[in-house]
Amino acid sequence: MSHVLSMLVEDKPGLLTRVAGLFARRGFNIESLAVGKSEIPGLSRITVVVDVEQGPLEQVTKQLNKLINVIKIVELDPTQTVEREHLLIKVKVDNTTRSQILEATNLFRARIVDVSTDALVIEVTGDTAKTQALLRVLEPYGIREIAQSGLLAMGRGPKSITERVYKN
Amino acid sequence: MPTESKPVPTKPKATDSLVPPKKTAGTAKATSAAKPEILTGSGAILRTLENLGIKEVFGLPGGAIMPFYDELMSSTTIRHILVRHEQGAGHAAEGYASSTGKVGVAIATSGPGATNLVTAIADAHMDSVPLLAITGQVFSTSMGTDAFQEVDIVGIAMPITKHSFLVTKPEDIPGTIAAAYLIASSGRPGPVLVDVTKDAQQNSAPFVWPPTIDLPGYRPVTKAHGKQIQAAAKLIAEAKRPVFYVGGGVIRAEASKELFALAEKTGVPVVTTLMARGAFPDSHKQHLGMPGMHGTVPAVLALQEADVLIALGARFDDRVTGKPSEFAPDATVIHVDVDPAEISKIRVADVPIVGDAKDVIADLTAAYADAVKKVTPDISAWWKRLDELKARFPLGYDEPEDGLLSPQYVIERIGAITGPEAIYAAGVGQHQMWAAQYIKYERPNAWLNSGGAGTMGYGVPAAMGAKVANPDRTVWAIDGDGCFQMTNQELATCTINDIPIKVAIINNSSLGMVRQWQTLFYNGRHSFTDLNTGHDTVMIPDFVKLAEAYGALGIRVTKKEDVDAAITLANETNDRPVVIDFIVSADAMVWPMVPQGVGNSSVQYAREKAPEWEEE
Repeated sequence: MSHVLSMLVEDKPGLLTRVAGLFARRGFNIESLAVGKSEIPGLSRITVVVDVEQGPLEQVTKQLNKLINVIKIVELDPTQTVEREHLLIKVKVDNTTRSQILEATNLFRARIVDVSTDALVIEVTGDTAKTQALLRVLEPYGIREIAQSGLLAMGRGPKSITERVYKN
Repeated sequence: MPTESKPVPTKPKATDSLVPPKKTAGTAKATSAAKPEILTGSGAILRTLENLGIKEVFGLPGGAIMPFYDELMSSTTIRHILVRHEQGAGHAAEGYASSTGKVGVAIATSGPGATNLVTAIADAHMDSVPLLAITGQVFSTSMGTDAFQEVDIVGIAMPITKHSFLVTKPEDIPGTIAAAYLIASSGRPGPVLVDVTKDAQQNSAPFVWPPTIDLPGYRPVTKAHGKQIQAAAKLIAEAKRPVFYVGGGVIRAEASKELFALAEKTGVPVVTTLMARGAFPDSHKQHLGMPGMHGTVPAVLALQEADVLIALGARFDDRVTGKPSEFAPDATVIHVDVDPAEISKIRVADVPIVGDAKDVIADLTAAYADAVKKVTPDISAWWKRLDELKARFPLGYDEPEDGLLSPQYVIERIGAITGPEAIYAAGVGQHQMWAAQYIKYERPNAWLNSGGAGTMGYGVPAAMGAKVANPDRTVWAIDGDGCFQMTNQELATCTINDIPIKVAIINNSSLGMVRQWQTLFYNGRHSFTDLNTGHDTVMIPDFVKLAEAYGALGIRVTKKEDVDAAITLANETNDRPVVIDFIVSADAMVWPMVPQGVGNSSVQYAREKAPEWEEE
């Protein structure tokens, strides 16, 4: 089963190596990884999706917590979380398919960000179910290239994971 | 050591808890409110080590660490011991640390100097040894260019340290080394590496002490929840077949006294793992010995048959549990560990207690006193069973059929003649197991070995480090002929620096433990395990001549009647190291044994001889 972990980490050289290395050597597979700044200078936020059972998940969380540069780890409850990923899709077009693809793009509230005579680049944002659905629709036209971000996730409501860190 | 966990990311307080109370002699004041002194980075390393109270360090210089060595030469408070191989420095620092509880320090240059430390660092990581490794690095401007003697030691060390730091600026040195020291010595101890570029050593910066230690993500838990402790105490009081499963954490936490009180109070049997030998006196009647693959039958079966297992600073290593799914099948598990990640890693804990063993065990004793007001513990039937096992399956060995010396006898005599105040460091293999079994340990930190990593070659340098830290104690390295050939170059270090250790080579002319497994599990095919050092061989090298070449006293013993005299002579010789080459039988095996991959109930007392146990 997939779990979404949100980690607050110190922005130090080698941090990503430490996190990724830990997953690798303890035998956990990373499904998706997104790293960026948090709202606090010097702290980064990592959103990582792992496919593990509950027992091993606890173990990986504890091991991650032992990393000196890791400040906090929260497992996000999918029912209380906004999840988004971002895709760029280059799809083949010709005069017969262009309008159908445009229609699909509109239906998914995606955007065309590049146009050429025989290809379009479509940008889509959404949860995994939505982006996968769009991919399935576009597949028959011929997908030439995909670039995909890791999953981003944030708990719903007014609380923030950094705020909880500060309040202790 | 700081005990409270810090909220984050509030600014950490000044590091007064970190700085040892004693002021170091010969050190200029650096704490004045006036302008801080300007020091080179290498001067800052030295001053920091001095301010941390470090007295002895082990190392070997090279290009990238030369600025620091130039400073080190003028230190009046730090004794540097020049090793012959950096691995020796690492294990010596481990022996120093394990025999005292203090942080051991090893220093090496960049590249191969640093990688030579890797085995010792990994060893310290597995056995939770507080080790500070300082390495030189090429100029920060050359990093990443494959410069001469450049390796990414910070990267290499990541999976085998608690943390690894790279320092490229002199002003970062005091804070980083102080942080490394704090991390190494607090919580679950372990190795920390600080890699300092040559320009950081050469450039100058104000030396600020005490430095700010900024570790918002490091909050070792040391105080346990009271509720869990009460639950544990109640379980112990109600148990019919309880056992204290004591691990190395009790030694690292310096909790032997507390353990003794808890054991006496409860009357519960105690087993001490390989890492915990000495945490509880072997002479105590509640002590069942060592559990695990080569544990005593009573210790192994006590764990198997227990209804309540109280793991204290132990980590359910596979060499203790055997097949984990068959380990202690009826036991409710109370697991005390300072490292939350150890709890429920191998065996799910019914009562998890995260905390420092010293505090938790003391709290458990108090909570037990309360618990027995409501229930009257009765473990008399359990003791009847265990006493029976103790009587039927004592540790023991047969004299070898080939008429050669019995290795167990030799080791037993070393322990008996030298006594419990000495320190015993072992290599890895058969001799290590025999030294764990046949030397009687009465105090913590007397037994040093490579438990988790199983590092052959640990013995001689670890003994050297222990002797440096404990000049008034007799220090024996119980080594094998294989192990000894991996690190015996440190005998030169011992002779030159007046570190008179004793080395007993249990010379069975082979990689004995591998040979034993070949005999038992590979149809007696002894593939590449003969070393030709012992009986009826060319004896290369000649260990006696080798010892003499190193300026040590070399003695060869082949007969039982000469064993005691040789040991006594070694104990009386303190003007140089001593090496005794005990030519022993290659056929002696370590028993009892639980073959790998099966449950502990399959423990064999001797070859093809399984004890009977009661099936329920």
